[in-house]
Amino acid sequence: MILSERNTLFRLILIDKLLIGILRAGAMLAALVMLLILFFLVDESWPVLSKLSIVRFIDDASWHPLEGAYNLMPMLSGTVLTSVGALLLTIPLSLASALFIVFYAPIHLATLYKRLIELLSGIPSVVFGFWGLTTLVPLINQWNPPGASLLAAILVLTMMILPTVTLTAYTALAAVPEELLRNAAALGLSRWGMIKGVALPAAKTGIAAGIILAAARALGETMAVLMVAGNVVQYPETLFDPVRTLAANIALETAYAMGDHRAVLFVSGLLLMLLVMVLSGMAGLLEKQRHA
Amino acid sequence: MRETMPIHTWQVLRDRIVQFLIYASVLLISAVFIWILADLVRGGFAHLSWEFLTESPRDAGRAGGIASILVSTLLILLVAVLTAVPIAWTTAILLAEFVAVDSAFGKAVRFSLHVLAGVPSIVFGLFGNAFFSVYLGLGFSILSGGLTLACMLLPILASTAEAGLRTVPNAYRMSASALGLTRTAALVHLILPAAAPVLAAGLLLGIGRALAETAALLFTSGYVDRMPDSLLDSGRALALHIFDLSMNVPGGDMPAYASALVLVSLLLCINILAMKFAHGLQRRKIMT
Repeated sequence: MILSERNTLFRLILIDKLLIGILRAGAMLAALVMLLILFFLVDESWPVLSKLSIVRFIDDASWHPLEGAYNLMPMLSGTVLTSVGALLLTIPLSLASALFIVFYAPIHLATLYKRLIELLSGIPSVVFGFWGLTTLVPLINQWNPPGASLLAAILVLTMMILPTVTLTAYTALAAVPEELLRNAAALGLSRWGMIKGVALPAAKTGIAAGIILAAARALGETMAVLMVAGNVVQYPETLFDPVRTLAANIALETAYAMGDHRAVLFVSGLLLMLLVMVLSGMAGLLEKQRHA
Repeated sequence: MRETMPIHTWQVLRDRIVQFLIYASVLLISAVFIWILADLVRGGFAHLSWEFLTESPRDAGRAGGIASILVSTLLILLVAVLTAVPIAWTTAILLAEFVAVDSAFGKAVRFSLHVLAGVPSIVFGLFGNAFFSVYLGLGFSILSGGLTLACMLLPILASTAEAGLRTVPNAYRMSASALGLTRTAALVHLILPAAAPVLAAGLLLGIGRALAETAALLFTSGYVDRMPDSLLDSGRALALHIFDLSMNVPGGDMPAYASALVLVSLLLCINILAMKFAHGLQRRKIMT
């Protein structure tokens, strides 16, 4: 009797141990994926990284991969310009949207608008790209040809990162303690005075973290930009010049790239990933600051 | 008194201007959203029919339908979800239930998932091509596409599941322990059922993300648009079909519109359903 009780207890403990073992294995596997990705990116770009000096990526005549000229700077500038442009447009629009949800709209309208933004975030990038290609590009083309341009890329990217910034800014603003706002109202501040003087400063780290996350998304966005940016390797002089971004370049050329060319594309992938990792690390630090 | 009056009117004016700007931006964003949806519906609805959904594409997609593409998409999705869910959910259970928040192992896993969540999808595509297609020799196939997507889904599934498990009140765990339940039993009979709506919401979000993905599939699952015979066949996902039709096939706009409409409707349904699950949870949290 006692023996059998002991037996069941023993078996139960064994099951617990087994469960923890399985869980640990799963978690290890999940953590391993990241290392695997880093390893394969470095491994594939190693032939070029070990052979060519880094200066070649900045100093070569241009991007003619088949003739061994691997200047990545025009594409890096394309990536940075599209992202910065999109952020400049997104920040005011998203802040306005978040303020609208938290402070201006009646509750039903606020919920409805928040749903709309959430649904907007669910639209796939290829659909944004397709819409940009069939609607936006012809419109810009009428105004200032060729249409497929830096401007089109910025506009499409804006729509794609707007939900991220809006929703994080909304969360940060909604987390501002009610009593701060009441105090501000009691001091006779006007609505905008309260928002500018109390709500925005209190929510600023959360908002900044959201903006940095959106910047990371914008840097890595591929399909939508690929479809509307025109993809000419050059430094754009005006908003209406076509550009090619790093991510678009990878998508365009990996299919047929061989040897060193393929390795350089992996180098640009690695570069993109490091950029994004730095940005998301910054966002993580800000979040931590906010919670501390 | 004479000096404060203009400041006051200036403040009122300033508030009005700001309010106007905010309403204008909100109107602008809503208008663009409706513009996109209206464009898709107007462009795609005429081309959409039962035959479009049940026929395979002909003439590079200009004619025929998207049946084989839907099958490929579904297979890629199945591979991705069936691979990612066990790994992600075991990770989440370990992080939420069995490991202290500040343990080194937990921190390392969480950090790795955090970084993974930020990796751009095109980089997943490069990795998938180098690892699954070339190194493991799976070639351009539904299997390598699905496995690449599984890597992308890991952080989303794990973080939503962990958040869901953390919303289960601690009283549940203590009661279970007081009743002498083993941790396995408490997990299976109590905690997982309580967290089920959030797990479902996370799963739906993950499926939505996978359906929307294009860049990661470009060089992993391939372009072939016929009906796949096995998981090792190349298969074209719906999102990739839209890309190909609009960029590489002259005269492919009509089927592209219709495919985009199908994709967006699917995603809207999935996301609304996910919101419903998450919303139910919030309501319950308020009530208890």
